[in-house]
Amino acid sequence: MDFELNEDQIAFADMARAFAQNEFEPHAAEWDQEQTFPVDVLRAAGEMGFCGLYSPEDVGGLGLSRLDASIIFEQLAMGCTSTTAFITIHNMATWMIADFGNEDTRQQWCPELTAGQKLASYCLTEPNAGSDAASLKTTARREGDNYILNGSKIFISGAGSTDVLVVMARTGVDGPKGISAFAVDAKAEGIVYGRKEEKMGWNSQPTRMITFEDVVVPASALLGNEGDGFKIAMKGLDGGRINIATCSIGTAQAALNRAREYMHERKQFGKELANFQALQFKLADMVTELVAARQMVRLAASKLDAGHADKAAYCAMAKRFATDVGFNVADEALQIFGGNGYIKEYPMERYVRDNRVHRILEGTNEIMRVIVARRVLMEDAADLI
Amino acid sequence: MDLSLTEEQQLIQDTAKRFAETELAPVAEKLDQTKDKSILLENCKKLAELGFMGLNINADHGGTEAGVVAFSLAMTEIARACASTAVTMSVTNMVAEVIQAMGTEEQKNKYLPLICSGEYRAGSFCLTESGAGSDPASMRTQAVKTENGFAISGTKQWITSAEFAGVFVVWAVTDPEAKKGKGITCFLVEADAPGITVGPAEKKMGQHGSATNEVHFENVEVPESAILGKLNDGFRLAVAELAGGRIGIGSLALGVGLAAMDYAIQYTQERKQFGRPISDFQGLQWMIADRCTELEAARLLLMSAADRKERGLPFAKEASMAKVFASEKANQACYSALQMLGGYGYMQEYPLERYARDVRITSIYEGTSEIQRVIIAREIMREHS
Repeated sequence: MDFELNEDQIAFADMARAFAQNEFEPHAAEWDQEQTFPVDVLRAAGEMGFCGLYSPEDVGGLGLSRLDASIIFEQLAMGCTSTTAFITIHNMATWMIADFGNEDTRQQWCPELTAGQKLASYCLTEPNAGSDAASLKTTARREGDNYILNGSKIFISGAGSTDVLVVMARTGVDGPKGISAFAVDAKAEGIVYGRKEEKMGWNSQPTRMITFEDVVVPASALLGNEGDGFKIAMKGLDGGRINIATCSIGTAQAALNRAREYMHERKQFGKELANFQALQFKLADMVTELVAARQMVRLAASKLDAGHADKAAYCAMAKRFATDVGFNVADEALQIFGGNGYIKEYPMERYVRDNRVHRILEGTNEIMRVIVARRVLMEDAADLI
Repeated sequence: MDLSLTEEQQLIQDTAKRFAETELAPVAEKLDQTKDKSILLENCKKLAELGFMGLNINADHGGTEAGVVAFSLAMTEIARACASTAVTMSVTNMVAEVIQAMGTEEQKNKYLPLICSGEYRAGSFCLTESGAGSDPASMRTQAVKTENGFAISGTKQWITSAEFAGVFVVWAVTDPEAKKGKGITCFLVEADAPGITVGPAEKKMGQHGSATNEVHFENVEVPESAILGKLNDGFRLAVAELAGGRIGIGSLALGVGLAAMDYAIQYTQERKQFGRPISDFQGLQWMIADRCTELEAARLLLMSAADRKERGLPFAKEASMAKVFASEKANQACYSALQMLGGYGYMQEYPLERYARDVRITSIYEGTSEIQRVIIAREIMREHS
């Protein structure tokens, strides 16, 4: 048992921190207010290897572990939550194509995706299939050497600005077993992008609805086999949950750092805020919970790396806990700033708005509890968890 | 013990509710997104016509004379539809109440009818400064004695309604040699007095419809008769009168929390996942049960504080308890309600993210939650010594 980072991990973290400080942090407020999707900076992130962190090396990825990736994403999120979250989604979708695509599909997309030259979106959610993802209605009908896609996906990160879509669609029976996954060219005929959604936060990435109207997809674009789609989607999401949890931790750490500095700078009643015991206790609780959440996320990442039988439950626990803690820490940090926390001149309210959605996406925290409870109530759970 | 409302209180509540639903709710989203102050001013004009700009002001000065409980009830109903309008109403009522409580006959005769009738579109308090937030007694703004009165110089921050208020209640140091908090005087300053500059609207996380500005005073000449209350007695007055404002802001927070829960409860009954309305899931039922219990407790604390003030009993502790509890529970209610809408809760197409952004400031302004706890603890210690 060793809780220290190894030399490589320290080097990765340093590199990511420097990148985030130089490329993200100075622009994050403007990207938020102007709703800018910083494609050039994403390309630069690709040059650093951040766009294919855990994709295999034969398609240009770094082939790192999920734990390594989490250490890197955490540093990036400290500079810009929303942009880092998009990068994590891109990493997830890229890995799905690299892991489940046939050789042609892998070579068609992955080298440019891992380099950040092209971008990927993940398309699972539909208007009536959110938490109940297995009830999705988008269809893929086999016709000769092609599939024909019809249906609608909502809340798709990056939609309209990405190059490839990992789409879950129904090829067979109702329920999870009738779903297949495809790598679809985002510019294919029949794909219609909706208007950009106005959101509370995550403003540096566009979110749109996508409608598929008789979109022709070559059969070779199928990921895995027919009927594997739901399993593939969930495998992607195990890692996706670690990624989003990590974004919450990095953001909370940035908020905590700011609050810590502010407590030394701001004077009221003739002394620094840092001298008030109630605020000291608040800060102590924040940092304790943040450290617990970070370790939980790293534990889940290790379980995923090790292929542990209960990796899904660990990822769900980590996602629920870290996104709740991450939100609360950011919110308390805002509170320490008082009225300044509510004003856009400071990043505190942005941290809160950005971290808010992490409790909803990649499976709501209610669904995380469903997953954890279902597992822990099984007969053999006590031996494993 | 009788917890029911009088006929008049019931009438005010019903009137406020009907007005909020028909006049405020239809424009609240637009006001948030466009920050168009002409919408807010139209709302204020209608509130004045209803008698809601002087709810606790005597009829012979143009007020409605409905009492503190009625004021709280009206605030909650108005805030259910539009928090930005509600805060403007709360502050304006409090400005009128301070003048009623401390003003000379001349001041009351001059200003109260102007505020109550809506001729002054709002009133503002100028207390907070960049270096004097939770610790207002450390303010720097000075009023220097002149031949005919005083000359006020200094900068006040985050002044609600400053850009269209008719009159400012301004706190300034008149005796720099006095012990901290002892040499401060309160003045009534008309907004068009030479030397006053109102800064641009602050960019905030929420309550986009209300105006929040910096106000700069540069040798603003006021006559001796502009003193509100007694010379060098301004700080005590500020502390006493802010307690009434806390009932207003607590009631506002409650209204936003109730609006969020109303929306979410209806949504859970309509939204189907896993083949049934999500209101069938016990996890969500308990979430609703807890939030609604907390809001009901907040309502009772507010009613108790308002009732004590109305009966002329000490109410500072009760007002602080009601404010900290109502604002924090309303925040939780808004976040839970947003959560129940899942991804839709994060989108501006639905009102939940606006409620969550709007309610966040209620545990900061009119005395932060931290300051409420200081007051509550101090009162309790005093009772036990």
